[in-house]
Amino acid sequence: MRFDKTEISLAAVAIALVLFGFVSPGWLIFLLTIAFAKALVVQGVVMQMRSGLVSFGQGLFYCIGGYTVGMGGQFFGIHDAIAALSLGMLVAIAVAMVLGLLLTRYRDIFFAMLSLAFSMILFGILVKSPELGSTDGFNVHNWTIFGWAPDGGESSQHTVFTLTILAGLVIAVLIHRYTKAGIGVICEAVRENEVRVEYLGLSPRWLLYGNYVSAAAVSALGGGLTALATGHVDPEMAYWTTSGEFIFIALLGGLGHVAAPFIAAVVFSVVRTYAIELVPHTWQMILGFTLLGVIVFLPKGLWSLVSRKKAGERA
Amino acid sequence: MTVILETKSLNKEFGAVIAAKDLDVRISKGEIVGVIGSNGAGKTTFINMVTGYLKPTRGEILFNGKSILGHSPRAITRAGMARSFQVAQLFPEMTVLDNLIVALAAAESPRPSFLSPLRSDKRIARAEDILREFGVENYRDSLVTAVPQGARKLVDIAMALIGNPQMLLLDEPTSGVSMDEKTGLMDTVMNAVRQHGVTVLFVEHDMDVVERYVSRVLAFYSGEIIADGQPSAVLADERVRDLVTGHRPTHKKGNGVS
Repeated sequence: MRFDKTEISLAAVAIALVLFGFVSPGWLIFLLTIAFAKALVVQGVVMQMRSGLVSFGQGLFYCIGGYTVGMGGQFFGIHDAIAALSLGMLVAIAVAMVLGLLLTRYRDIFFAMLSLAFSMILFGILVKSPELGSTDGFNVHNWTIFGWAPDGGESSQHTVFTLTILAGLVIAVLIHRYTKAGIGVICEAVRENEVRVEYLGLSPRWLLYGNYVSAAAVSALGGGLTALATGHVDPEMAYWTTSGEFIFIALLGGLGHVAAPFIAAVVFSVVRTYAIELVPHTWQMILGFTLLGVIVFLPKGLWSLVSRKKAGERA
Repeated sequence: MTVILETKSLNKEFGAVIAAKDLDVRISKGEIVGVIGSNGAGKTTFINMVTGYLKPTRGEILFNGKSILGHSPRAITRAGMARSFQVAQLFPEMTVLDNLIVALAAAESPRPSFLSPLRSDKRIARAEDILREFGVENYRDSLVTAVPQGARKLVDIAMALIGNPQMLLLDEPTSGVSMDEKTGLMDTVMNAVRQHGVTVLFVEHDMDVVERYVSRVLAFYSGEIIADGQPSAVLADERVRDLVTGHRPTHKKGNGVS
């Protein structure tokens, strides 16, 4: 298997981050873990944006990934983190395969609102489920990796951080290849001209279906990692504001590169953390101004700063 | 000769408007057929019905003897009937080369790969051959929005031909193209079509182009075919002159109008 420059750079950054984890304070490890886990959910949003669809309900799969990890430990004796994360992805794939049959018939705002509707249906079900803690949710059982149990506290934090970085690396490499592969490029072609794609003998709907299911799996992994990191799941994961946060991060980073959602998620976490710290009652306003600034000055997201610099160097 | 496309009593109604009325058309393999008619005569409606874009209200469409009525555009394309559009249908944020590469990948398989790169050396080389065949190699790395209208039309037609169709339907291939470019564009297209051995049906408003390139003409008026035959005969037909071309041709009225 050959790796290109982007993939090697991603691996180098991942190794550096894992090493950084050993020397950095716990609060920063936690912030980065959550940021990178959410970045995986955002990767799912970005995959769909590239095909011209904006999901207002990606929280659905984030929540499915999280709750599967939680329920696996609490009710089914699945304590292995890898098994629980994989199960979360499989459940998300199964759900996406059913919902995708309906959703991929729709475009634009109709797709956006339907995706939101399904997410809110899950939220409603969870809120009305006392067995799952209703609005409070429930704690995730202690987990292991291949039989090894972290000591708890800092050890768990480092382990889930490393796991998130490694999962992020694998997913980033796969998505990087996916965007350059037939389905990735042709999904972009669907966004640009669906009629032409149809008259090339391809089915735009089934292309979007494959893309939707793949995006669901990636987003569920992000949800599962968040559940492991926080040790708790609750219905907020499927709430519309959570899905809005993923769109916010996607717009912040832009669609230009597979690394963009990771960078944007870290920037988002930092801005939000400091905004809450400095102006606890109006932190949303700071986020609003940040998004406004990005849309006005960097309409292609933070990554356009990098791509502009590269273009300048080439010129 | 073997009939490749046949329509039987094809009708299309949009409410009270009759866009196509009892169209009976038989196209034989290897024919190059021109479709003429004023705006709103039903030419594009006919092409749209045959290629699955519009569902006929009544009637039958046979391609190679098999019904394609109700089939999706992609199924009809896969069956061997391709089309180009009045306004070139391309991928505007991609380069000319990438447009062709997408078409090549689509022609290879209806299920694109999830991980193999689309831009393989083999596809790039094939796309470059096509660029040269259509004389648009200078625009290889230009975004399609940045190339002239004539070149865009050629890329559109090249993409339609990439899947090696048996039949090609061209909707006004020279519309929006300057008078100087028209002949060059049509020569390029017809050379490619002959090399691929494709049956062609094309809608055209320019009667000089029609006379020069087609072996048969269908004249549409108000959703009906009012003349069908050799170009010289159809263009000399009284009703065609009155209702379609609006002028008397310089050549003599011929036979063969059905």
